[in-house]
Amino acid sequence: MAGKTLAEKILAAHADSSDVRAGQIVEVSVDFCFGNDITAPLAIKTFKEAGFSKVFDPYRIALIPDHFTPNKDIASAMQVKAMRDFAREQGIPYFYEVGRVGIEHALLPEEGLVLPGEVIVGADSHTCTYGALGAFATGVGSTDLAAIMATGRTWFKVPSSIKVIFKGKLGPWLGGKDLILYTIGKLGVEGARYRALEFAGEVIENLSMADRFSLCNMAIEAGAKVGLIAPDEITKEYVKGIAKRPYYFYQSDPDAGYEAIYEWDVSSLEPLVAFPHIPENVHPVSEARNVVIDQVVIGSCTNGRIEDLRIAAMLFKGRRVHPRVRCLIFPATPRIYRQALEEGLLQIFVKAEAVVSPPTCGPCLGGHMGILAKGERAIATTNRNFVGRMGHPESEVFLSNPAVAAASAITGQITHPGEIMDHPTVGGEHAFSR
Amino acid sequence: MRFRGRAWLFGDNIDTDAIIPARYLNTSDPQELAKHCMEDADSNFVHRMRPGDIIVAGKNFGCGSSREHAPIAIKAAGISCVIAESFARIFYRNAFNMGLPILECPGINGRIKEGDEISVDLAKGLIENHSTGEIFCAEPIPTFMQELIEAGGLIPYIKKRMKAE
Repeated sequence: MAGKTLAEKILAAHADSSDVRAGQIVEVSVDFCFGNDITAPLAIKTFKEAGFSKVFDPYRIALIPDHFTPNKDIASAMQVKAMRDFAREQGIPYFYEVGRVGIEHALLPEEGLVLPGEVIVGADSHTCTYGALGAFATGVGSTDLAAIMATGRTWFKVPSSIKVIFKGKLGPWLGGKDLILYTIGKLGVEGARYRALEFAGEVIENLSMADRFSLCNMAIEAGAKVGLIAPDEITKEYVKGIAKRPYYFYQSDPDAGYEAIYEWDVSSLEPLVAFPHIPENVHPVSEARNVVIDQVVIGSCTNGRIEDLRIAAMLFKGRRVHPRVRCLIFPATPRIYRQALEEGLLQIFVKAEAVVSPPTCGPCLGGHMGILAKGERAIATTNRNFVGRMGHPESEVFLSNPAVAAASAITGQITHPGEIMDHPTVGGEHAFSR
Repeated sequence: MRFRGRAWLFGDNIDTDAIIPARYLNTSDPQELAKHCMEDADSNFVHRMRPGDIIVAGKNFGCGSSREHAPIAIKAAGISCVIAESFARIFYRNAFNMGLPILECPGINGRIKEGDEISVDLAKGLIENHSTGEIFCAEPIPTFMQELIEAGGLIPYIKKRMKAE
């Protein structure tokens, strides 16, 4: 009998039966669940309508108002109020007010609330981010969240797994974002539909946690149920000292059964850009040259971590945002914000005439804080470029890593970051007369 | 359960932002959401469709976000059933939880034209195109999922079961 995959092992550890195989439907216990200010209010309403009165464990639930906060209008304020009231009523400690709230998928790992070997269910599709820690983490809707908040349990169809092995060495200006764009470009937006997407190989072994989060964050954009990386020393170093619960490291067996195994050498990869209006429309940045942009967004649950901001700051230091361009920077959590402040990154951004926003999902989903007008075009480090995603249905979003986004902000058109760094005067303080 | 209505065609990879754009997600009121159903895929859809009509789409319908507001908007707009070549997984799960009937029918793409009169037998997984006389067999929905649809979603289903016990 073939060995088990990482996904099968985590689900088996949470099910009543230890023999869990792809295709089976299993009921599992959930270690942690959460919702945001779009999905949680509906879950709370459903929880009450169903006649539930107490949550299964207030310490295993988070309510994170990150999408439309600071509240963009009265309706949004009412949504957040419903979460706040519910948290108080149920004694849920992990409700975060503005000033302490960050983008859920950056906040929960740094809080040590999502851990290796766990089953994590969030009412948000990018919950798959925590697969970077070796957790089975997946998105559901509000009704499923309501049932989980009441019972601590849910059902899953055990996914079959696709293994992606990245070989070689990543070149300069590349990161986790490029690996996932490459994967989506190869597999297509439904290439991993219902599957577990397991990432491995020497590139992954040397990849930082920040890049691993960026990579697993967009597994959903290939249709995957989860994106997984087997935990190792880098994982251990990350969770050490911050974990709020015990955690477990699982690995796929060497003889585990995969539906497909891909081996890709990424040594000669160029930074990648996903053209509108679908994340699989992936091209090397050189093919996007001369695409003129109106707005740049650096942040989101995909690329709003301190490592991402450092890369952007490296490019912006001593340079300025092109006068035709609006550049918006969103540190993903208050901790990242403070760190960027202490490292002098915020000063570099403000001097470059970018604007630094409080942590929020903001324009990523066309919510607020940087909506596009008809006919406008943005390059963003976010995760989706669907029609109307950042605003008007006739606007466009290109997706890239933070280095490409920052370089593009400086030149006003989509640009390889190497071109900026090779020419120290490009975008310099005196580059634009007013 | 049986439905009959006119077909509305949509292509592959219709995402949840097209089904219900995030700019309307500061509420979960079904009637408000219904006003904007499919707006970024076809801005006239809600004005032209009639209650009972059926959406026929390509691959990966409902990809993208986990917003349950997507099946809520479709159901509240009065669509009786969604047929697609395939569905994205979160949408699939949400549709049953909301009591929105959906049917996966690989090969349906191109066999039904916009405005064709079609009927659906959910239990048998049968789709009939009355405009052409063609009949298609979809994967029948598991009994448990049919019970969810009949109850009107997961919560009414749980309540019904709690009452029975």
